Amino acid sequence: MARLTPISSSTPKPDVYVPHKLVIEPPSRWTSLELRELWQHRDLLFFLTWRDLSVRYKQTILGPIWAVMNPVASMLIFSLFLGGLVGVASDGVPYPLFSFAALVPWVLFTNTLNRTAVSLVGSAGLITKVYFPRLIIPLSNVLSSLVDFGLSFAVLVILMLAYGYLPTLNILLLPFFVLLCVMIGLGVGLILAAMNVRFRDVGLFMPFFLQAWLYATPVVYSSSLVQGDLLRTIYNLNPMVSVVEGFRWSLLGVGNSPGTTLLLPIALAIVALVCGVFYFKQTERIFTDVV
Amino acid sequence: MVDTAILVEGLGKQYRIGAAPAQSRSMKDAALDLVRAPLRRVRSLRRTEDTPNIWALRDVSFEIKAGEVIGLIGRNGAGKSTLLKILSRITPPTTGRVTLSGRVGSLLEVGTGFHPELTGRENIFLNGAMLGMRRYEITRKFDEIVDFSGVEKFIDTPVKRYSSGMYVRLAFAVAAHLEPEILIVDEVLAVGDAAFQKKCLGKMSEVTQNGRTVIFVSHSMAAITSLCRRVIIMEKGGVFLDTDIQTGVRVYLQKLFEGDQAGFLAPGEKRFGNGAVLFTDFWMEDTDGNTLPVARSGEDVVLAFAYQTADGAPLRGKLSAGFSLVDDHDRTLFIVYNDYTNQLFEDVSGRGVLRCRINRFPLIPANYRVTGVLNVDGEEADRPEKGLGMMLVTEGDFYGTGRTGSNAAPFMVMGDWSVSAAENAASTLHNALKETTP
Repeated sequence: MARLTPISSSTPKPDVYVPHKLVIEPPSRWTSLELRELWQHRDLLFFLTWRDLSVRYKQTILGPIWAVMNPVASMLIFSLFLGGLVGVASDGVPYPLFSFAALVPWVLFTNTLNRTAVSLVGSAGLITKVYFPRLIIPLSNVLSSLVDFGLSFAVLVILMLAYGYLPTLNILLLPFFVLLCVMIGLGVGLILAAMNVRFRDVGLFMPFFLQAWLYATPVVYSSSLVQGDLLRTIYNLNPMVSVVEGFRWSLLGVGNSPGTTLLLPIALAIVALVCGVFYFKQTERIFTDVV
Repeated sequence: MVDTAILVEGLGKQYRIGAAPAQSRSMKDAALDLVRAPLRRVRSLRRTEDTPNIWALRDVSFEIKAGEVIGLIGRNGAGKSTLLKILSRITPPTTGRVTLSGRVGSLLEVGTGFHPELTGRENIFLNGAMLGMRRYEITRKFDEIVDFSGVEKFIDTPVKRYSSGMYVRLAFAVAAHLEPEILIVDEVLAVGDAAFQKKCLGKMSEVTQNGRTVIFVSHSMAAITSLCRRVIIMEKGGVFLDTDIQTGVRVYLQKLFEGDQAGFLAPGEKRFGNGAVLFTDFWMEDTDGNTLPVARSGEDVVLAFAYQTADGAPLRGKLSAGFSLVDDHDRTLFIVYNDYTNQLFEDVSGRGVLRCRINRFPLIPANYRVTGVLNVDGEEADRPEKGLGMMLVTEGDFYGTGRTGSNAAPFMVMGDWSVSAAENAASTLHNALKETTP
């Protein structure tokens, strides 16, 4: 063990190992984030992510292709019915590309949110037996969702090239939209994960919740359809609108370039994340007694 | 100066027990409940003050020095598990505080965090990381872990295809090779076959010799005795006694079995014999004369029989005393008379105690009935029909190795083994005999 190795001769200090003290006390209302501890467990974060990924695609024929199947299949269905039959306007972009550019971040969002929401209850077997910073579990969900996202993003790039769309400098802002997307997914997911500990209704409520959110986000249609100041103001309270629009803007160059309109979604994402983390931290302490 | 490794001050843990909701009595009630239930649930989850609470742990304080090996014993529900859960940070305390100096590794349940779909190799890394090991530490220890577990052939097979024995071996190997300053072990030795249990015990004592602090929970007094020098007895959520291992185990066993000695010699019980001298009491002692509630396999034990002559006057003639131990299948396991060893008693006092010492008590743990007989000058004087009392025998360290051996046969015999090549005289003779036999 590194901490127990004798101090090298260049150090005049006596060779005394002083272990760090840990005090366990009743939970207080405001808990610290224990970031230092999170950092100490970074290897666990890596292994959990990798376990997530390898377990999900073990004993499947298609393997990691499944990560891409979800957005691709949705894109095909939407293109056939909404793009083809209904003829939904797509801001001059071919409908498959138009919807796929939105589905890729949307799937990242729903994966993060879904996996985070079940993380505490789903890992009950672990949490009641071993101690490690519980935030590691949702964080590993974020990482595994990002890996899936990487795969479908590669498909998106191929689709763009196939339709003759070359990326512009706008793409430099894309990582920011990915971050925003993950923050929202993680924040809301953490709140749901904590609620899920007491009320298992959360799991049953999720499909409706996400379906409603999908239609409140311009994934299958263009946000230009939303007219009227009041409606538009309410619409913009959904931070995922900015994420999806941001993706289309930075990759396909459609829509207005984002500016101060981004302040609201950023603020909302930060609020969601902060609330999520604190609610989660509070619930994790009582978790073993409730579950 | 020895540092404190674990300091527990006024620790308490309260659990809320929700009252069970009333059952629906009819279809109508059930239908109404459908509507009411969510409301009631929300209310019951919110209202926390008037639900009944229990203290699983209350006002627990102790101090453990670095390098100490502590046995934690107590009946089920005494609060051991709750205490371990708090020490391993799985659940927070309600009151009090714990100060830990050093990294804590706990083995509350072997195999926690193993994923069935992953291979043994993958699980070693995952499990190690979960127990707080860094990746390079696991890599460094990898071969040792695999070697200890003895599953090297299947290391790249998903653990769902492992036998339960292999699974447990691998899991213990990972945890045992973690190098925490404080190790908390809960009853892991109850798993695996005898050979692996021995390996585990060996690994545990190796860990303790390296100056690590260990809290060891077990119901096996043999394992506790061979590993620990101090025990904490828990009872009803508190520390009942914090003492040295000998006293602790004795007191614990005494508490565990107290009240089992029914009145075998009570007036009215049927007795055979002429009554010239009678048994008046039976008990067990250790070699220092302290009364023992329970004997332990492998320990020296003294059986004491109090007697009294019918008139209280000194006995005239030869007194011969004998007793036997009977198991719960009514098999008499052995009979001991003082005559056998030529220890003859003649003209003894009117009241006294006969003592018989048995060295390295050789029977397996069980509840034995002691029957006895007193003869005077070859004539039966007293033989209580039911016997003299019960003799409780619990696990001890008969072989001096911490191993308990098999419980399939009633006796334990010390074996002294050796192995030699076939060319020695004895086997040559044996072979020669075989050749001459038609």
